[in-house]
Amino acid sequence: MTGALGEMTFRDAVIAALAEEMERDADVILIGEDVGPAGGVFHQTKGLFGRFGAERVIDTPISEAGFIGMAVGAAMSGLRPVTEVMFGDFITLGTDLLVNQAAKVHWMSGGQFQVPLVVRTAVGVGASTGPQHAQSFHSWFAHVPGLKVVFPSNPGDAKAMMKGAIRDDNPVLFFEDRMSYGMRGGVGGCDVVLAPGTAAVVRPGRDLSFVALGQMVPRALAAAARLSARGVEAEVVDLRSLVPLDEATVVASVRRTNRVVVLDPGCIGFGAGAEIAARVQELAFDWLDAPVLRMGAAQVPVPFAPALERQVLPDAEAIAARAVTMINGGKGNAS
Amino acid sequence: MSGSIDAMVARYRSIVLIRRFEERVQSLFRAGRVPGLTHLCIGQEAVAVGVCAALAPGDRIASTHRGHGHCLAMGADPERLMAEILGRATGYGGGRGGSMHVFDAENGNLGTNGIVGGAVPLGLGAALAARRQGTGGVAVAFFGDGAMNQGVVLECFNMAALWKLPLVLVCEHNGYGEFTASDEVTAGDLAERGAAFALPVEDIDGMDVETVHAAARAAVARARGGEGPTLLFCRAWRFSGHHAGDAQDYKADAETLAWRARDPLPRQRARIVEAGGPSSAALDRLEAEVAAVVEAAARGALAAPEPHRPLTEGLFA
Repeated sequence: MTGALGEMTFRDAVIAALAEEMERDADVILIGEDVGPAGGVFHQTKGLFGRFGAERVIDTPISEAGFIGMAVGAAMSGLRPVTEVMFGDFITLGTDLLVNQAAKVHWMSGGQFQVPLVVRTAVGVGASTGPQHAQSFHSWFAHVPGLKVVFPSNPGDAKAMMKGAIRDDNPVLFFEDRMSYGMRGGVGGCDVVLAPGTAAVVRPGRDLSFVALGQMVPRALAAAARLSARGVEAEVVDLRSLVPLDEATVVASVRRTNRVVVLDPGCIGFGAGAEIAARVQELAFDWLDAPVLRMGAAQVPVPFAPALERQVLPDAEAIAARAVTMINGGKGNAS
Repeated sequence: MSGSIDAMVARYRSIVLIRRFEERVQSLFRAGRVPGLTHLCIGQEAVAVGVCAALAPGDRIASTHRGHGHCLAMGADPERLMAEILGRATGYGGGRGGSMHVFDAENGNLGTNGIVGGAVPLGLGAALAARRQGTGGVAVAFFGDGAMNQGVVLECFNMAALWKLPLVLVCEHNGYGEFTASDEVTAGDLAERGAAFALPVEDIDGMDVETVHAAARAAVARARGGEGPTLLFCRAWRFSGHHAGDAQDYKADAETLAWRARDPLPRQRARIVEAGGPSSAALDRLEAEVAAVVEAAARGALAAPEPHRPLTEGLFA
């Protein structure tokens, strides 16, 4: 089957990708906390245990370092594990295994070993999960040589990119925004596979570019709709992948619009947005009519109270307002 | 004791190979030919040899920062190993890893490891893969007493025992974590920790290769038979320092002397002679042959070119 599967939620799209790949390749296994009969705390592995059994859908103790490391060893030994870290914040507990083992093994072994491992993790600002259950560390891992980092923003990409991540022979960190789990959208069939490393122009425009990641993509699209009503046409680039970074798509957009706002769902300081801003200046300085702007999560832990949490990420209105200031020649370089 | 005289001699040869190899690394280090850090296993050879001799083709090991002996016991080519330690193009990783990151896929070696305890999760994963793939394979994770205070190691004990994975956990207890005595930083008795996970423990003399080998054979058989992991707690001593430049001022001379009497090399030699094996002269010839192998390896590695592959080539598969 190659055609579209029709519409489904983001959550179900990832489940469908896992099921298709597990069906296709007996070496694919799923490892994590509550991924088995419970079907995941966000129902994000529902049905997989019943279909593939305890040998391939493995409930672990709450031992992130141990089970991520186990997955690295299994990947070095011929399996293609998908490991789930329930909340993105918990990935810190297994970071040594990703940074010092998974990322380095292929390179330092002179290519003798590969680590075809996927680490999927749920992040997301907006559900009052508080300071230790909402932060996203995607930028940290993009800094580490040897890791790939992807972050889909819609169901269709989520399905194709999970399949691409599983088929990749390298460790891939797959960030999912929990707030998107209920988002519905069209998804492709079995053969629609997207390898890490391609961005997409999801809305064409001529006046400025929003280069966005994850949850910032729908916000950028909403901001673009507001701007359009005022006669400003914003192009929206969904980065989808930090490593590899699709510089060509970003630069082509900048050359069309001459203005860029980078929108990162993580903290702004030393983050992915800074890297993208730097590369735009290196590769397209002569096409820029204004300094590259960055918007993203405030440089604080994610607060619990809804009234506080709402202030963490810029909403469509704030994004549109910055865009207008930029087009009118204002700098507005503070977020 | 298990096995024939021939097998005992083979284990003796393997001990001699590791001893001479490590001594050669030490001399090269002192001559300033070894870049960076290197950790020698002189004194602990019986653990590497006794355990690895119990494995079959297709089995896998994961090793430690003190791993040259494990590599050689698994069949690594001494010249390629020496070349990696010297940072040469012909080394196992083309000079990218060095002593603490030697991988040998062909011989089932998932690498020496610069992170204390790093081998344990990797070995656990190799055991999981062996079960999933139905190969009947077994994995071995080597670690030291220092690693037994790493949280991830205890997490892996739990999972290995819980799922009865085909894993042998080999603790090389040499009494020191770097420069600090194990007792000074450890509550309770390390060997007793196995009981907390319902993990069978064999608390053995790690300076006697036949004792280690017999225990390893039993542990490998249990693992292969689906009965789960065993913790081999091997009490040993490193005659060499924590790293090649360590003068070991923190160890008492009397203690070292007492352990010298248990040196696994002369001990195995005496056992072979007592058992009516090859003559002392024949064993001398064997030692000379091994010394020549090591010397050829060192010469070849020293003559090998510096790494030439582009720095960023092969970052991703």
